[in-house]
Amino acid sequence: MTAPIVQAIALARHYEVKGGLLSKSATVKALSGVDFAMQPGKTLAIVGESGCGKSTLARVVTMIEEPTSGTLSIDGVDITPSKWAQMRDTVQIVFQDPYGSLNPRQRIGQILQEPLIINRPDMSAADREARAREMIDLVGLRSEHYDRYPHMFSGGQRQRIAIARALMLNPKVLVLDEPVSALDVSIQSQILNLLVELQERLNLAYLFISHDLSVVKHFADDVIVMYLGRAVEHATKDQLFAAPRHPYSKALLSTTPRADPEARKERIKLEGELPSPMNIPKGCAFAQRCWLATDECRAAPPELSGEAHRVACLHPLD
Amino acid sequence: MAELSATTPKTEDRPSALREFWFYFSENRGAVIGLYVFMAFVICAAFAPLLAPYDPTEQFRDHILQPPAWQEGGSWAFPLGTDPLGRDMLSRLIMGSRYSFFVGIVVVCVAVTGGVIIGLLSGFAPKWVDTLIMRVMDIILSFPSLLLALVLVAILGPSLTNAMIAIAIVFQPHYVRLTRASVLSERQKDYVTSARVAGAGKARLMFKTVLPNCLAPIIVQAALSFSTAILDAAALGFLGMGAQPPTPEWGTMLAEAREFILRAWWVVTFPGLAILVTVLAINLMGDGLRDALDPKLKRS
Repeated sequence: MTAPIVQAIALARHYEVKGGLLSKSATVKALSGVDFAMQPGKTLAIVGESGCGKSTLARVVTMIEEPTSGTLSIDGVDITPSKWAQMRDTVQIVFQDPYGSLNPRQRIGQILQEPLIINRPDMSAADREARAREMIDLVGLRSEHYDRYPHMFSGGQRQRIAIARALMLNPKVLVLDEPVSALDVSIQSQILNLLVELQERLNLAYLFISHDLSVVKHFADDVIVMYLGRAVEHATKDQLFAAPRHPYSKALLSTTPRADPEARKERIKLEGELPSPMNIPKGCAFAQRCWLATDECRAAPPELSGEAHRVACLHPLD
Repeated sequence: MAELSATTPKTEDRPSALREFWFYFSENRGAVIGLYVFMAFVICAAFAPLLAPYDPTEQFRDHILQPPAWQEGGSWAFPLGTDPLGRDMLSRLIMGSRYSFFVGIVVVCVAVTGGVIIGLLSGFAPKWVDTLIMRVMDIILSFPSLLLALVLVAILGPSLTNAMIAIAIVFQPHYVRLTRASVLSERQKDYVTSARVAGAGKARLMFKTVLPNCLAPIIVQAALSFSTAILDAAALGFLGMGAQPPTPEWGTMLAEAREFILRAWWVVTFPGLAILVTVLAINLMGDGLRDALDPKLKRS
């Protein structure tokens, strides 16, 4: 196995929420202690419901936000805010909403050249333009699109532009924050195929954030299931989809629609609500909604354990 | 990827930015008319000494309050008549365009530059700086604008320059608020985050990424306050705090002629019409400008 391109150890991000006059300020633990490693050419998928810290993780890895604690090393460099500027060309991000992620006042050519203007000040204008045109071609757009404005494009085309922009600096890691969830199903597959093709060609490592398990199944190599800021299960895609071991993962998987009307449906309906991230229960965060929970579960949070297929549960399923 | 760059075809030359601007601007007929009127106004202002038949302060004592040429008692020597001191109205109006234009330009430039910069800073600054700036602006806004301008002129001393400074200060908060509001909403958007991920510094984010997206309302506001500035300068002149007689400033002219409104309609009507037409033309133009500068309204 080659050296990991991204290594995160106990990565955490907390937000202070100012209280009003009478209430005390609280801490939102959006991300509390996540470990993972990413390999070049592989895709690590992060799944979980809204509010589980997926996007916070994406923002921390992309160096938009500083982790509250834990270490993140990218390409062998320990990341601190002072290193952000030099590491910009290693990690780039594609956002969920292609309608908000492109500057409406810039032509496509300018949008693509901007990362080069900032990070490669000695590059000539002609070289930059050549590179931008090459990239337009690479993501499957036509060269006459170079001079157009973002509003002239459809959602799928815009997402291609966003991918092209992210690739302008030759990054080694691409963070994909729900890159297809804002798109039509027919367009989704085109974008996913483009991403697969680019990964093979450029040996990119993908951090793929999603809540859509069918997309993850198609796309990922490894999967981390998150619940309330913690990783509850970390396994390869095949292991997870064949035999989820954490009750939450099992419940999550059971909700995925299948194109097989004959298949036996056993949907697990979870009771109750996601606990507030300002007030995470002392024990296992999932204990309140879990059908296997015991008093032991409510006492202390279980650690992620195991070798290849790691799970944070005292009563893992087999 | 080398083979890809070799096959990249060159696209046809894109139309120049100016020509593209004109294409979209000219679709709005009102804006084009406004532009022509405004251009006439600018030419008037630029070549005023050549266009004006007489010196605007020269008094023809034999021709006091002479009506316009087409009315009984008028003559073509004074096409728009004369004022109570026998000065030629046409010459005064033409010279007056200079002052109005000057007031509009200076006030708008000062107010927009200051307002946009303060607004951008306040949108990007830490919260306490933002609060400080906005409260100061609220205080300025809480005064009746003309009264504040009057107080400022009273402190600075009555003259056209001081009137302009006062009006610019009074207008400033509108731009600050407008800019800050747009900055705050634009800042949330993903394209700003992605510029940050691309490594853009604060200055680049402020002026290159965010500012162009906030310009449309500012341009419209600038066009509107160009005309308001002319009106306010006139009001200050009327109160003796702006341009001083015998300066042929339109507002001062109106004020001077106020007592003759029933006897000699032309002494108040023509300066008033000049202000009206100029203001209307500028407002129409501002509208077209916004349409042309907003890429969301463009078609492929």
